[in-house]
Amino acid sequence: MIDTSLFINAFALICLIYAYHHDRERTKEALIKAANSFIHIMPTILAIIVFIGLLLGFIPPARISMLIGEQSGINGVLIVAVIGSFLHIPALISFPLTASLLDAGATVTVAAVFITTLTMVGMVTLPLEIREMGRKMALLRNGISFCIAIMIALIMGVIL
Amino acid sequence: MKQENKKQKIRIPLDVISLLALLVLTFALLSAYPEKRDPVTAVFASYLLEMMLILPAVMVIMGLFSVFVSDKAVVKHLGHSSGMRGFFTALFFGSLPTGPLYVAFPMASAMLSKGARISNIVVFLSAWACIKMPQELVELQFLGLEFMVARLILTIIFVGLMGIIIEWVMDRATEKVSG
Repeated sequence: MIDTSLFINAFALICLIYAYHHDRERTKEALIKAANSFIHIMPTILAIIVFIGLLLGFIPPARISMLIGEQSGINGVLIVAVIGSFLHIPALISFPLTASLLDAGATVTVAAVFITTLTMVGMVTLPLEIREMGRKMALLRNGISFCIAIMIALIMGVIL
Repeated sequence: MKQENKKQKIRIPLDVISLLALLVLTFALLSAYPEKRDPVTAVFASYLLEMMLILPAVMVIMGLFSVFVSDKAVVKHLGHSSGMRGFFTALFFGSLPTGPLYVAFPMASAMLSKGARISNIVVFLSAWACIKMPQELVELQFLGLEFMVARLILTIIFVGLMGIIIEWVMDRATEKVSG
């Protein structure tokens, strides 16, 4: 875990040094942008982490794994797929949330389907997508994404 | 564009309100069940620490890319490539760390009107949605290498297939209309 964060921070630092040599003004602009999006995303991140704390602290893992663990079978996967399609939270935050589900006893399949539907299927952004891309293409993309999310998750459940 | 800006402004206080509501609920629950205080704060602290170790770096990477790689460059490169090269160009530009999905829709529609292949646009949108580079780093941190690599490879394969299917359906539809 610590290795990963070291790698990410080193990578960011290298990008930053390279960019600074290349163009100081735009690097400053980029850092201001980064600070802004950091501040903007903080309330959501804190809320999700508090929620994870409550989830893992209060609901017994046995209950969670009954709903979305081994015993729940394909129903659990479908329920989570639908939830993932309707939830509208930044993808960055979906990963710790998913990790907490795994900690609580969810299967790899459920974790994968949650991430994929959460990011690729957007019921909340569908009206915007229809306006920009046309009704047919938007519906096709979201519908097929929902199906492939389940396929990806099932395969991951088998191989991991 | 104006409308989107407005939406963004409305969402921020909503975030804060839900955070405050959640905090109030948490304090109420923890004072009702004092024995849960330790497990809840332990979980909170460990997830917060993990997030704070990587989030600033992720934000810096995203900020740098959004400033140095312009929307115009993306549209220019993607509009003209085709075949396998088009697929990988779409994948590459989609996974560049620049902004939320609703920014990609207008770009995708601009590329479509400039004659880009539908399959490339589908790949571009999907990559934008679920295999963005900084996101993958966060996935690596929280879910591990095996999970990340497996999901990445499977997603690329299936997204490619989806692009072909959607293009086929859309082309058939236009043929019917014109014929």
